[in-house]
Amino acid sequence: MVAAALRAEESARGVGLDVAHVSHAFDLKGVSLPVLDNVSFRVEPGAFVALLGPSGCGKSTLLRLLAGLDAPSAGTVSVDGAGVQGPDPAHVLVFQDPTLFPWRSVARNVALGLEARGLLKTQRYKVAEALELVGLSAFADALPHQLSGGMAQRVALARALVNEPRLFLMDEPLGKLDALTRITMQAELVKLWQRSGFTALLVTHDVEEALMLAQRLIVFSDRPARVRTTFVVDRPYPRHRDDPHLVALRREVLTLLGVEGGS
Amino acid sequence: MSDVTLASHAAVRPARKGVSRGALSRLGLGAGLAWLGLAGATALLPEAGDFERTQDFAAIAGVIGFAIAAATLLGLRSSGLARRLRYGAPWLVALALFFLVWELVTAKYQRLPMPFFPPPQAILEVFLDDGARLADSVWHSLLLLVVGYAVGATLGFVLGVAVGWSVLVGYWAHPILRFVGPLPATAWLPIAFFIFPSSWSASTALIALATAFPVTVLTWSGIASVNKGFYDVARTLGAKQSFLILRVAIPAALPHVFVGLFMGLSGSFAVLVVAEMLGVKSGLGWYLQWAQGWAAYANMYAALIVMAVLCSSLITGLFRLRAYLLSWQKGLVQW
Repeated sequence: MVAAALRAEESARGVGLDVAHVSHAFDLKGVSLPVLDNVSFRVEPGAFVALLGPSGCGKSTLLRLLAGLDAPSAGTVSVDGAGVQGPDPAHVLVFQDPTLFPWRSVARNVALGLEARGLLKTQRYKVAEALELVGLSAFADALPHQLSGGMAQRVALARALVNEPRLFLMDEPLGKLDALTRITMQAELVKLWQRSGFTALLVTHDVEEALMLAQRLIVFSDRPARVRTTFVVDRPYPRHRDDPHLVALRREVLTLLGVEGGS
Repeated sequence: MSDVTLASHAAVRPARKGVSRGALSRLGLGAGLAWLGLAGATALLPEAGDFERTQDFAAIAGVIGFAIAAATLLGLRSSGLARRLRYGAPWLVALALFFLVWELVTAKYQRLPMPFFPPPQAILEVFLDDGARLADSVWHSLLLLVVGYAVGATLGFVLGVAVGWSVLVGYWAHPILRFVGPLPATAWLPIAFFIFPSSWSASTALIALATAFPVTVLTWSGIASVNKGFYDVARTLGAKQSFLILRVAIPAALPHVFVGLFMGLSGSFAVLVVAEMLGVKSGLGWYLQWAQGWAAYANMYAALIVMAVLCSSLITGLFRLRAYLLSWQKGLVQW
């Protein structure tokens, strides 16, 4: 019992992340297109960090490297001190597009991670738990084409949560949602993170979203992406959009990004 | 390419809540009367030739007429039956008129050259008197078709997945597919008949070939067009290679696979008939050929009708299978 409890506690804790001198380039018909240039940063276990930068600067590529979907051209990515070799079920990636499998019901989409690892028989209850968590229990048997954009993205979150992630990578997961759904989902993401204790990395180009969610903002330059600067957002949760401290920070970040006036 | 677009009338038109009693009784009784009229004309008008089954044909038409009339009266109480009757009544009337015209221009007034255009009762005669041989032909055709199609569809599917998945298989299979695939399977017929030990195995192989080509190409294109994001999602969640093929690539490619299966089925019908006409000594194609040899035109029409029913049933079966397996798709065509 004690051992199991200890293990549960350990698995619930987030991982530490170390990105050291990572460069990456795409090969486009023989022409090398650099997207990441000597990127280095660390993320402490359990932290919520936002990666902020202009569209197409290479943030998504960085996230794919962290998830182990691709290997960097140079440099190392390590999780808890060990180099990332490939995808790991405890390091999940949520995409901008929910990418639900249209031929599977909501519940079977959420069950995907368990099924892929052969754990469905013993841990099926986690599917219901994850659906409960995102408030979609009533839609377990619905098909993806019957869902709204916000609901589909929640299913994608549930699908990721079933794997009990220790590293939660999000690639503009709220990018395609309408403004209201987006605000609700931001609050839910914070709650999820506080409850589960995973390490969260959020890629976004929305400064306000980054300020609402993250403890630290890493700002990237245009492609090829380099770390320009880091902001620490030392405000308690739940945060408020009109918090003067956040408003001031927002102006500062926008000015840095070259947006006139910053408002 | 991905979907046959046939708008089904019943599906498009909003369901009517109630059918007015007057309209139903007019339509239903009209259809009943049309069939009774057909029965009367067939039984009573003098015939130009000598047909054995004229009275049987008249009796069947009469029974249909009474059945429609009875169904109309019952339909006034049951709304389900009423809706179906109302929907089908124009077709029932049209069919009765079609048979009546056919009866008049052949058996009664001989406006069409006789041996080539037999009256309906002559075809009925074939079904009644030569039914055993027709049934035997159906059985043999079906056996040949099902075995050949199953082999071809399975091979085509497996090859298509392999070509779509593996670069190495694609490298070797692609040129062969491009070179051999477009050749009509029937062109192999003369060679197949001496390569294979029996005409039956030769025909099976050709039907398999005709089926395999479209199934391979469309399965391949289905696998190739799978959203790459599906693989990323599955991989980050811990999926192994086998899971990516069986649970991601194949289900995602299935709509394409079914297009290939439909094309393969139509192709296999053509090969079946030609093979049976040229080599296999049984089946509907052989029956057609045999009937032509005896100038038994009624038998040819009968065989054509049976063939149409057979092919249509098989296509319907495939549509049902698709509707079951692809029920997750939006806007699936009903057959």
